[in-house]
Amino acid sequence: MKAIVDTKKCTVCGVCQDVCPFGAITVGETAVSISDDCTLCGMCVDTCEFGALSLPEVGSGPSADLSSYRGVWVYAEWREGNIHRVSYELLGAGRKLADKLGVELAAVLLGSGVDGAEAELIAYGADVVYVVDRPELTHFTDEAYASTLVELIRKKRPEILLAGATSMGRSFIPRVAASIGTGLTADCTELDVSDEKLLLQTRPAFGGNVMATIICPHSRPQMATVRPKVMKPFREEGRTGRVERMDVPEKCLKSRVEVLEVRPEQDQTAKLTEAEAIITGGRGLQKAENFALVEEIARLVGGAVGSSRGAVEEGWIAPSHQVGQTGRTVAPTLYMAVGVAGAIQHVVGMQGSKIIVAVNKDPHAPIFDVATYGIVADLFEFVPAFVRRIKADRGDS
Amino acid sequence: MHIVVCIKQVPDAKNVRIDPDTHTLVRQGVESIINPFDMFAVEAALRLKDISDARVTTMTMGPPQAEAALRDTLALGVDDAVLLSDRAVAGSDTWATSRVLAAAVKKMGDVDLVCCGKQAIDGDTAQVGPEVATLLDIPYATFVKNIEILDNKSLKVARQTDEGVELWKVPMPALLTVIKEVGEPRVPSLKHKMRAKKAVIPVWGVNELGLDPKDVGLAGSFTQVVRVFSPPRRSDRVMIEGTIEEMADQLFRHLKEAKAPGL
Ligand SMILES: Cc1cc2nc3c(=O)[nH]c(=O)nc-3n(C[C@H](O)[C@H](O)[C@H](O)COP(=O)(O)OP(=O)(O)OC[C@H]3O[C@@H](n4cnc5c(N)ncnc54)[C@H](O)[C@@H]3O)c2cc1C
Ligand SMILES: Nc1ncnc2c1ncn2[C@@H]1O[C@H](COP(=O)(O)O)[C@@H](O)[C@H]1O
Repeated sequence: MKAIVDTKKCTVCGVCQDVCPFGAITVGETAVSISDDCTLCGMCVDTCEFGALSLPEVGSGPSADLSSYRGVWVYAEWREGNIHRVSYELLGAGRKLADKLGVELAAVLLGSGVDGAEAELIAYGADVVYVVDRPELTHFTDEAYASTLVELIRKKRPEILLAGATSMGRSFIPRVAASIGTGLTADCTELDVSDEKLLLQTRPAFGGNVMATIICPHSRPQMATVRPKVMKPFREEGRTGRVERMDVPEKCLKSRVEVLEVRPEQDQTAKLTEAEAIITGGRGLQKAENFALVEEIARLVGGAVGSSRGAVEEGWIAPSHQVGQTGRTVAPTLYMAVGVAGAIQHVVGMQGSKIIVAVNKDPHAPIFDVATYGIVADLFEFVPAFVRRIKADRGDS
Repeated sequence: MHIVVCIKQVPDAKNVRIDPDTHTLVRQGVESIINPFDMFAVEAALRLKDISDARVTTMTMGPPQAEAALRDTLALGVDDAVLLSDRAVAGSDTWATSRVLAAAVKKMGDVDLVCCGKQAIDGDTAQVGPEVATLLDIPYATFVKNIEILDNKSLKVARQTDEGVELWKVPMPALLTVIKEVGEPRVPSLKHKMRAKKAVIPVWGVNELGLDPKDVGLAGSFTQVVRVFSPPRRSDRVMIEGTIEEMADQLFRHLKEAKAPGL
């Protein structure tokens, strides 16, 4: 399969040849030809101003009657007696989608002894909370949680389902999508509704140097997991909604795996998430001792020391300082990145910061794309100068 | 015990980016590597082989050149490899990919354990493992950091979650997705390198897998990419220029004005 060229519309301008990341397009004298190297990435379709390129249609799920699916659902993650923060954030995002579509927003709460959580879910935007409260759901297992959610989806038919891209969501939500036979977009950072009322799911791809918008046109529900701390929660005192307790067949609650032990792990890095200012060092520091440079700034402003994974991998600093996708997500008032390239895995963990300062000698470093203040300089010259400037202000030298 | 490891060849992600002026993907210097998490999956399987009579097969769905990735795993001590390659599978989303991988496991028939990486670093979805398990109707555990063989019928695994560690007993056949902690990948040995060079790697397409071309590739996918673009820049960015001392002074003033903490 490959991209389709409409020869009537094609002007053989050659733009598509230049944009094809796989070198699959050849522009001849009178026509454009596409080779087997085409991966259907869609770059050419996007850039053709004559609308001459298109991709083959995607498939449809068993849910033939799309219009019978209505409403937006948010999976409310219940962990250790609390609702995970991301669920409130998703209710904030889901509320906007539901209002745009003119439909109800529901929260789905699965667990054991979940009493009392419903009111908060309503305050954060849910019109209705569906609850399955069963002892079999005490411990998380992919099978029982997925089968239960699938059963509810089959009964109620929502058009959209959102879940947090947490270790729980990323584990069992794919099972839900595959059981139903519908699409799932992982780790979205932006959600919207198109004029055709389709869910526009935007997420980083290729390590995040590229953003992609994805749709799920012919199957329902349209499902997405969303990163924590990307969407904004919105709480409204006195909001009202209803609670529906749901029953599911016994077989839905069965799991072939057996949970032997759950060991909560003390969180070592809370300091990082609570700090007002974080000064982060990356591989640009060149060796462990040079972390003293960022530590000095951190000390002067009363902040915490962060690190990129690059620096952790070098063994210069403990993993508990790592900011980013596999580290901590932080959003301090001041974030200063020193000798950090700004790979998307790093950026997703800090882009919510209010003021971002980037110090890097490479003017093309992607960290500058998210910076409030960018400084192209050698950090070994700049940091000492900056430290001197702070000290001078305090009459200390 | 027969263990199948799903591996994927990915572009070395840190080099891929969109040229801000031309809005095209910068191709230069982008090499292919085996997805790092899949190297851990291979290592996990080989460690089980070290302590039991397990046989390990790697497989990948990809273009013909993905064969090189399979050969690299043979050089580590993997017994067999299968390439799943067909024009019809181009443009597959995670669901269509999972269909192909699940069909291959079914065709092998005797598989006790499937190991996947936690996620592929190009797509970063972490969906293929759980979807393959769902299509095969076998239990699975994600984010596994330690694996023990309990008896011939089940495994004891430790999973790393956001909140801590969970110990699960998982009956086989099963699928696991693994993280770094299962073990650093070993280096290729001379003996296995020789064997890898000569090994014949079968190629299975949709016909061999008994799949309908309509069910794979873009036609068999539910999701569709409609737009690709560079991440938006912050509009309020200020680039500070001048000598080192001037820049230090300017940054200091800007931060003071913006009421940055501690200044
Ligand atoms: C699945 C996955 C998850 C990941 N998760 C994370 C994560 O959670 N957090 C994370 O940070 N990374 C993560 N990464 C890694 C990420 O992709 C990058 O590799 C990493 O962030 C790079 O670290 P760095 O910027 O310090 O190093 P580099 O990429 O080596 O960049 C160093 C930078 O320093 C600059 N520099 C060098 N010398 C100087 C100097 N004298 N003065 C000024 N500037 C200088 C260079 O120009 C360069 O831009 C992840 C990767 C993967 C695949
Ligand atoms: N094309 C593929 N061929 C073989 N295995 C794959 C393929 N795509 C994904 N996988 C496996 O599924 C895991 C998760 O991939 P993903 O869902 O793309 O993040 C990877 O770590 C691989 O083990």
